[in-house]
Amino acid sequence: MAAESPAADSRSAPAAIARLRNRLEGPNTIGNSRWFWVGFALVLAVLVAIPIVGSGTGGQFSLFLVLGLLGLSLSFVWGYAGILSFGQTVFFGVGAYTFGVVSINFPSPTGITGAVVAGTVAGAGLAALLGYFMFYGGVRDVYVTIITLVSTLVALTFMAQTAGSEWTIGEAALGGFNGMPGMPLFTLGIEGLFSFQFVYNEYEVFIPLLGTRVFDPFYYLVLVLLVAAYLGLRVLVNMDFGRVLVAIREDEDRTMMFGYDVERAKLVAFTIGGGLAGLSGVLYAARNVYIDPSVFELYFATLPVVWVSVGGRKSLLGAVAATIAVEYLRLSLGGEFALVAVGALLLLSILFLPGGVVPWVDGKIARSRLVASDGDSPGGPAEVSDS
Amino acid sequence: MATGLKHAAFQVRYGIAAVVAVAGLFVLGAFVSPNLTFRISYAVSFVVLAAIGLAIIFGIMGVINLAHGEFILVGAYVTTFAVTAGGFPLPVAMLAGALVTAVFGLVVERVIISGYVPNWIGQRTVGRDLIKPFYDRLADSMVATFGLSLIMVQGARILFGNSIDQIGVPFGSTAGYPDYRIALVGITAGVLALVYVLFTQTVFGTRVRATMQDEQTARALGIDTERTYMYTFAIGSGLAGFTGALFAPLLSMQPSIGDQFLVEAFVAVVVGGASVVVGTSLSGLLLGPIDAVLSDQFGEFAGRIALLGTAMLALRFLPGGITGFIDRVRTMREGGS
Repeated sequence: MAAESPAADSRSAPAAIARLRNRLEGPNTIGNSRWFWVGFALVLAVLVAIPIVGSGTGGQFSLFLVLGLLGLSLSFVWGYAGILSFGQTVFFGVGAYTFGVVSINFPSPTGITGAVVAGTVAGAGLAALLGYFMFYGGVRDVYVTIITLVSTLVALTFMAQTAGSEWTIGEAALGGFNGMPGMPLFTLGIEGLFSFQFVYNEYEVFIPLLGTRVFDPFYYLVLVLLVAAYLGLRVLVNMDFGRVLVAIREDEDRTMMFGYDVERAKLVAFTIGGGLAGLSGVLYAARNVYIDPSVFELYFATLPVVWVSVGGRKSLLGAVAATIAVEYLRLSLGGEFALVAVGALLLLSILFLPGGVVPWVDGKIARSRLVASDGDSPGGPAEVSDS
Repeated sequence: MATGLKHAAFQVRYGIAAVVAVAGLFVLGAFVSPNLTFRISYAVSFVVLAAIGLAIIFGIMGVINLAHGEFILVGAYVTTFAVTAGGFPLPVAMLAGALVTAVFGLVVERVIISGYVPNWIGQRTVGRDLIKPFYDRLADSMVATFGLSLIMVQGARILFGNSIDQIGVPFGSTAGYPDYRIALVGITAGVLALVYVLFTQTVFGTRVRATMQDEQTARALGIDTERTYMYTFAIGSGLAGFTGALFAPLLSMQPSIGDQFLVEAFVAVVVGGASVVVGTSLSGLLLGPIDAVLSDQFGEFAGRIALLGTAMLALRFLPGGITGFIDRVRTMREGGS
């Protein structure tokens, strides 16, 4: 690892970077080399530049990034804690609806900022509640999957029958299949002090050589949140807590025998996943200024599973990359064959690459490197371990 | 040997007592409150029929078939087309639906679940196996069959549109309740009896149970476990198809028809436990009334919430499901006597 820095020069810049990398890197994440971070910075630069270069695609891309957060939440819960949840979209939808209800009732910048927090907390809270009953109730393995799947169907049945006027919370009507329109435009801040409207607030900026381009502030907000979530989860899974989660994934009974509180660790992981999914739902509702029960449909519930298994569930990066790629494919294919293509992609990836694309590519790179530098790493395991 | 005999006697004695009790309750109920009895027994048979195919495949092969609803869809569509386009009588059409689904299940098992076909091709082209079988890989089998389910639902939508013509409900009605639904209760009992005989009284059933208990020993004793799995999957699929065929006159024929069975099927399997016939029928008897009464009183949502709650309670207090509980009681009694 590149992090053995002497304490004396801990204030200098390289040492700070080394300490940062030490936190971000570890055996639980893919991409622990300097070249990875160079590539990461390049991809980030491309993501920043996409709305500038291809004017107009920014809008769709912000949707992909929002869903990237959802994919990230499942990758964390499934790939690291070993809990295959078909219920991430329930937390997503509950986050979205909570945001809608709170922001319609308090349509001021402060209220909307509070609604973001409320939506995230609602997603996390519901996940904690469900997780508490499941994990402390002895529900394990595949039964967790079945329970979360059934929860999705229950949530859909519930939202579908809320068309009546008795399902009104304050000013906000849940609206059954018609959904919930009329949310205020997404504006963060505190009244009187500072606030900024993120959606439908495009800036025209003149850039030399390229001409006038339109900036979508919402896109950059989501990008910042996604990168923060990614890096935050990387730190988390490389901490001791992350190691415990991976141990639970590999062998739950043995981890329990070693004296770890398996139930609590799973509950905490599930709650964090629920919060991330809730935040993703908040941003989804804020972006569309609308939410309807289609987010609880079985079809939507499977999409995160598709993204994460295609990208590689044991890789946070794979989840985000596959989310963007699959959603891009799905939207550009369009029409009725998109769903068939998604199903075929899922089937083929689980058949031929059960580990996912990104870990497979990573393994290939690692192997070619081992061959190239045969003398340096004699018979080492096929892991990327630079410096 | 002696304990084995006692075991069997215990099973037969209590099994017959349970069947007589249920039948007696049904007859009694039909005199006291026909409508409620019919409604509850229909709900019970709905749960049992929804779950039986899934229970066989899950209990014996350790494969969770998330495309279960779509196997039901195949059976329902084949039956409907056999009647509307082919002009066959309904019973023939239903058998055709079950058979076609069984064959379809066989193909799915060979191509995806066991990976036999891709590996056969792989051996001849690149000289190695391409995929690992999905037996006992619960999470992976779920994901794979989910991909299949997406393809099948959307494929049905592309081929046949958002709905197809429905066939009429046969028979008239008794005490304000359709006869066909009452007939379904009898058919459910027949299906359960058949599956019970198949798995306990035939050589094939013995092979299946041996494979289920200890695959390696079974193979060492000369049982072709792979073939057993293959037929098991086909039988499970065929029963799912038969379920679809039976409900074809009652439900509107949409590509998403399978979703209506999923909650009941999965909850019944979770509550029932490992034993296919006993577990499924007991969880049907438990869940059917809960679902029927609560759905009638408070709407579909309440019924589903109750099912979800029952599943979680069952997982908490009855690990191994109802049959696991029965096994424990039996062991205790035999230990005592």
